[in-house]
Amino acid sequence: MTLSVLEGALAFGFAGLGLALAMNLWRLVKGPGVTDRILALDTMVINVIGLIVLAGIAGDSGTAFEAALLLAMVGFVGTVAYAKFLLRGDIIE
Amino acid sequence: MSGPAPFAELLAAALIVLGASFALVGSWGLVRLPSLMERLHGPTKASTLGMGAMLLASVVWFQLGEGVWTTHELLIALFLFVTAPISANMIAKVHLHRLRTGEASEPPGPTGPPPPPPGKADWATHEAPHQGTPGDFAGD
Repeated sequence: MTLSVLEGALAFGFAGLGLALAMNLWRLVKGPGVTDRILALDTMVINVIGLIVLAGIAGDSGTAFEAALLLAMVGFVGTVAYAKFLLRGDIIE
Repeated sequence: MSGPAPFAELLAAALIVLGASFALVGSWGLVRLPSLMERLHGPTKASTLGMGAMLLASVVWFQLGEGVWTTHELLIALFLFVTAPISANMIAKVHLHRLRTGEASEPPGPTGPPPPPPGKADWATHEAPHQGTPGDFAGD
């Protein structure tokens, strides 16, 4: 069985995003500052959004994009909440 | 997989490869660059060019392959483009704030902390209102 061009590109995309997530995880564990960890989590959310989009293309399903949009929103709110907590000691004042 | 024109498949495949490459390069920058302010630079490429290319690939695939216009992807791209600078700004503010308060876990990087801005101003990190804070201070 030979892969079509799109299947090859999807395999490359999944592999690349998986490797990117592994590198983000390394930065999350290594630190050294807490801001590096926030940045690593933010980048992980971005890469997972990419994975969901690729899964939507691979599975020919339109429902993956609601998940990606929700994750984009939750990831942004999470990053801002971490930053606000470190700046102010509180999230909602 | 019948129907989709080979051109659409090639275009979507090229955009997917481009997007995944940018995501990979952005995360490699996150690992490789020496200080936080430089590390902020890497993932922004992943979130704008990388995600932009992948979401465009999805639009192209569903439009040319199945004849359906999907706008969710453009909404995601718009949302990411709007929020990425905000979260980067917040992270940079936390970094400056922790450098200023002397947190031990916050290494300043090879060039040291940024120089203070001219005059009596300070870097705009969040802090308690003090004499001279415009707006919400009763003594103004």
